[in-house]
Amino acid sequence: MNPPTSTAPPPAPLPPQPAAKGGATRPGDRIFVGLSRGSGVLLLVIMAAIAVFLTYRAYIAISDNQANFLTAFEWNPQGQPPQFGIAILAYGTVVSSIIAMAIAVPIAVGIALFVSHYAPRRMASPLAYVIDLLAAVPSIVYGLWGALVLVPYLDGMNSWLDQYLGWTYIFEKTSSGPARNLFTVGILLAVMILPVITNVTREVFLQVPRAHEEAALALGATRWEVIRMSVLPFGRSGIISASMLGLGRALGETMAVATVLSPSFLFSGHLLDPGGGTFAQNIAAKFNEANEYGRDALIASGLVLFVMTLIVNGAARMIIARRKEYSGANA
Amino acid sequence: MAKRIDISGLSAYYGGHKAIEDISMTVEPRSVTAFIGPSGCGKSTFLRTLNRMHEVTPGGRVEGKVLLDDEDLYGSQVDPVAVRRTVGMVFQRPNPFPTMSIYDNVAAGLRLGGSYRKSELDSVVEKSLRGANLWNEVKDRLNKPGSGLSGGQQQRLCIARAIAVEPQVLLMDEPCSALDPISTLAIEDLIGELKERFTIVIVTHNMQQAARVSDRTAFFNLAAVGKPGKLIEIDETERIFSNPSVQATEDYISGRFG
Repeated sequence: MNPPTSTAPPPAPLPPQPAAKGGATRPGDRIFVGLSRGSGVLLLVIMAAIAVFLTYRAYIAISDNQANFLTAFEWNPQGQPPQFGIAILAYGTVVSSIIAMAIAVPIAVGIALFVSHYAPRRMASPLAYVIDLLAAVPSIVYGLWGALVLVPYLDGMNSWLDQYLGWTYIFEKTSSGPARNLFTVGILLAVMILPVITNVTREVFLQVPRAHEEAALALGATRWEVIRMSVLPFGRSGIISASMLGLGRALGETMAVATVLSPSFLFSGHLLDPGGGTFAQNIAAKFNEANEYGRDALIASGLVLFVMTLIVNGAARMIIARRKEYSGANA
Repeated sequence: MAKRIDISGLSAYYGGHKAIEDISMTVEPRSVTAFIGPSGCGKSTFLRTLNRMHEVTPGGRVEGKVLLDDEDLYGSQVDPVAVRRTVGMVFQRPNPFPTMSIYDNVAAGLRLGGSYRKSELDSVVEKSLRGANLWNEVKDRLNKPGSGLSGGQQQRLCIARAIAVEPQVLLMDEPCSALDPISTLAIEDLIGELKERFTIVIVTHNMQQAARVSDRTAFFNLAAVGKPGKLIEIDETERIFSNPSVQATEDYISGRFG
């Protein structure tokens, strides 16, 4: 803390106010500084506590593991000897999230552009409100919808994909069964992360300075060219952060995935084959019936998810920072 | 290159509010016409009707005729995008595209029109930057962002961007109001050079500036707040500033106003 009175208070030059004692020594200021500093410190403490807890429990589990934790295709922590690895989970998490992002980001940017720049104003705000509502639907509801509506519906689409795009390997269906696969999970996750990406990008698009848009308009740009010249470049970092928010939700989504996916620890590069798993889904499915050691193993997988999320966020920040001098912030 | 503008019976609205009423005037080619008048008298709105930028504002609506060498800008067959390619505009605050380099800023308008070979673009960019008296200051950093320039340089960059597409008319909406006196002088010199090639219309709050740069001056006024702005008179700049025919103009110019 600063020494409170070492810098002499200004000798009350102009205003004859009783409270003119100088900066941080007023009680209100001191309380506020303390509160905000405390909140900042508290955040760091919580983050550190989570990291320490995860690392400690993970260490207990991994040190007894007889299989390679990162590459093994099995999950048997309560066996003798305990053998478990996260390869299947990492694969399932990453693949389903990539599918979700590939579907959701373009659609979300499109919706955001429509709401912010194309839709008549009478239509724009109800539409934005409906998108907000989508974000408020609980994830278990999405899961039920996925299992009861999306899965049967996608059965047909899966056969179609298999028939016409089977040669691409990833869309080849090698085992029969309902569409409880990573592809379906990806689509479901896309629907779930759509509102958050849409809302954040819409906010950013609405903040594009009028002057930038008029600059393009005055040069004879059409509406689409205005968007390409001034809206998208200005919104670029916003689109990235919004996508990362969505990715964070896709990576960590639990209930919806657990409801739709029929989990298995068999590796398959074919997206349409039933089975697979994600970190969060695996933890939710196994946590209740696991013993102390089994839980430590699950926590170890949770640590990997935690680190993955940190890396994703770090990468997003780097992308944003690298183009800072070109961003609209200094204009 | 430069074209004459004939405006007759022009009114502009923001929703139900009439901002300017029944304006008729002629803007001569290859000359500088200055618009002066108190704040809120609609001179910027009027300027924006000349390249159909007014209707971009929600609720913006225009009645009347604007003839650019006999072609009505508000004709039913006319595409506003094409109008804005013919009538360039420079804004009050410098607004280079922040995500683009200096080069790309100048080339932006050309790229909208179609595809050009690199060598063609290079020569147009150089010609436009020279035309805006900016070439010597930026020729070594054409690939740096335009937002890194000083305010005065940014405004000249915007002028270079506007003249790169060879418009018929150049509209300037208080182009110096955000600039220091030295940058202002640079822009005023530039306006003197540009009028050899373009029809220039400039809105300004600075009456000395109007007297320095313009050939003709139009004085706008409004009867009261909330009433539409009107054209009071337009005449040779010298006459407006020495012996205007309307008392209100003289009051405004000599500072006995409001």
